[in-house]
Amino acid sequence: MKFTWFHLMPWPHMPDDFRQKHRSVWVDLPSRMYDPELGHIAYHQYLDQLEYAESVGFDGIGVNEHHANAYGLMPSPNIMAATLTRRTSKAALVVLGNSIALYNPPIRVAEEFAMLDVLSGGRLIAGFPVGTSMDTNYAYGTIPALTREKYAEAHDLIRKAWAADEPFAFNGRYTKLRYVNCWPKPIQKPAPPIFIPGGGSVETYDFCIDNTYSYSYLSYSGYLRAKLLMEGYWKRVEERKVDQSPYRAGFAQVICVADTDAEAEKLYGPHVNYFYNRCLHVYPGFADAPGYRTVKTIQTGALSQFTAAAARDYPNMTWKDLLDGRYVVAGSPETVRQQMEELIKTLRVGNVFCLLHLGNMPNDKVRHSTRLFAEKVMPHLRNMWPEWNNHDDRFWMHPMHEPVPLRAAAE
Amino acid sequence: MKTRFLTLKPSKARIEVVEAGPLKSKGGNDLLYLHGAGGHMPADPLIAALATKYRVVAPLLPGYGQSTGEDGLRDMLDITLHTLDVLEALKLKKPIVVGHSMGGMIAAEMAAIAHTEIARLCLLAPAGLWLDDHPIADIFAKLPYELPGLLFHDAEAGQKLLASGGNMEDPEFLKQFLVMNARRLGMAGKILFPIPDRGLAQRLHRITAKTLIVWGREDVLIPPVYGDAFKKAISKSRLVRIAKAGHAVGQEKPAAVLKAIRDHF
Repeated sequence: MKFTWFHLMPWPHMPDDFRQKHRSVWVDLPSRMYDPELGHIAYHQYLDQLEYAESVGFDGIGVNEHHANAYGLMPSPNIMAATLTRRTSKAALVVLGNSIALYNPPIRVAEEFAMLDVLSGGRLIAGFPVGTSMDTNYAYGTIPALTREKYAEAHDLIRKAWAADEPFAFNGRYTKLRYVNCWPKPIQKPAPPIFIPGGGSVETYDFCIDNTYSYSYLSYSGYLRAKLLMEGYWKRVEERKVDQSPYRAGFAQVICVADTDAEAEKLYGPHVNYFYNRCLHVYPGFADAPGYRTVKTIQTGALSQFTAAAARDYPNMTWKDLLDGRYVVAGSPETVRQQMEELIKTLRVGNVFCLLHLGNMPNDKVRHSTRLFAEKVMPHLRNMWPEWNNHDDRFWMHPMHEPVPLRAAAE
Repeated sequence: MKTRFLTLKPSKARIEVVEAGPLKSKGGNDLLYLHGAGGHMPADPLIAALATKYRVVAPLLPGYGQSTGEDGLRDMLDITLHTLDVLEALKLKKPIVVGHSMGGMIAAEMAAIAHTEIARLCLLAPAGLWLDDHPIADIFAKLPYELPGLLFHDAEAGQKLLASGGNMEDPEFLKQFLVMNARRLGMAGKILFPIPDRGLAQRLHRITAKTLIVWGREDVLIPPVYGDAFKKAISKSRLVRIAKAGHAVGQEKPAAVLKAIRDHF
């Protein structure tokens, strides 16, 4: 198993009447709500938490990209990952990822990911999301019906740029470059492992299988509701007659660990509530631009995570509802272990993206939950896939054997 | 109203064409009608009104109704040339080219590019320009219940016109609706998203057609000030404003729009 401690970096200062006063946490939320000096504190606390996660033994630490929102404050996850290259040395840097259709030209992603891989000594795991509709279409103006074609072309360009050792010309529909010449190049050959965040688009299953990419389902509705979608993925893997390595898939899960079940509710209840009711408060008109999803995907009934969130009655869901439905895996280490075991087996995943910071959770609680998970849960989940020796080289980083020791300037 | 199909060569796009009105032999002149981003309305009142005096030919853009071929159309030039191909294939005799909203944007592009072929042009609240002081509402971020108020001066009557009798609570109907919406607005987004401006302003001066511009005085989607901008940019044009009408001016006031067209041409 590989456990990645994942940060969304939300804005933790949304007021109690946020839902009543604002229609959306994304796209048209006035930026006057953002206070840069409080932002300075939040960023550094969040980066400290990612570094802490490495120190207690997580395999990876994760960041991602979002725009024009208070749900996740990383328009550039690469800047965050760059700071982490200097203060971590063991964990994989899981950048999940760069919305490649949004970079102009997308060779920028090949360059910046190569920089991160070189800086970190080969610890990068590169994510290539299409991006949510709020980010890709509404905040960044990509034409919805052309988004996937633009994405596919950007992917093609990035892989060719990493593979080539000589300049070449790239004549795409959306990007035309007479000289593609990627300096620097990544340490990992031919490319860092690539994870694809998916939300049920059937085309994405094949894309992952064709390219040996790990399919990462980032959901906030928990593993019970994810079962149907993941079964669809594994069915496709079987049809395509490739191996069934669990590391072909990953899942994001909201997790809260305390000494007892009752203590978990007391410690984390308010922050879980903040996350579901403020961070996921997306106006339905921004959730799924017409044309963003293919007709085939709509016909299979897979709606956007955020359309579904909007339809769900989070304001009236109690702590018990969220736990019974396994939206949240919370409780004592033993409770969490049992449920995580069930998650890993039923979804058949080798990667888990652990969401241990939620909404406006203060630093001490984040560390408490993180430490308990690392010390009392994770060790018991290490041997879930013995038939795969609990590792699949195709889907994890390949660091340099002897990276240069980092020194602070004062040393 | 009746429907027929047309297959374009060489794109092989199959186009649904709605036809209505008297034959040429009975005195009806040809009129090409290009719909807006919402497509035709059920029993479209404008087509019905125009058909009392003209032979109306109303092709649906790929992605709308049963018309196919949308994957081959990506940008304004693709869509303009496609529609000129449809016009040619329909073999109309010196038609009045009428376009509403997105259809007006396409009609204006056609008249700018093929100005020797289009002699009579009617733009009903066309899209295609952008004035910073008068931003156009974002139709791609609207929910279905918001549309009547955006399209009609009389939202209640508009609601009845738009209603297709479906039940959004029914998952099967919802899926069909989402597919239809994704196809239609997915296509419209290629020229309207995120801002409905594809450079028409720098081409409008090429239009030599005798042009009628019609605007609903109560249009809250594309405010009437855009009518003045179109009039200023097209040399042989006249602007008619229609009272108590919103953006769907033709569907809300079909008789007044028919009269304006009859008076002008």
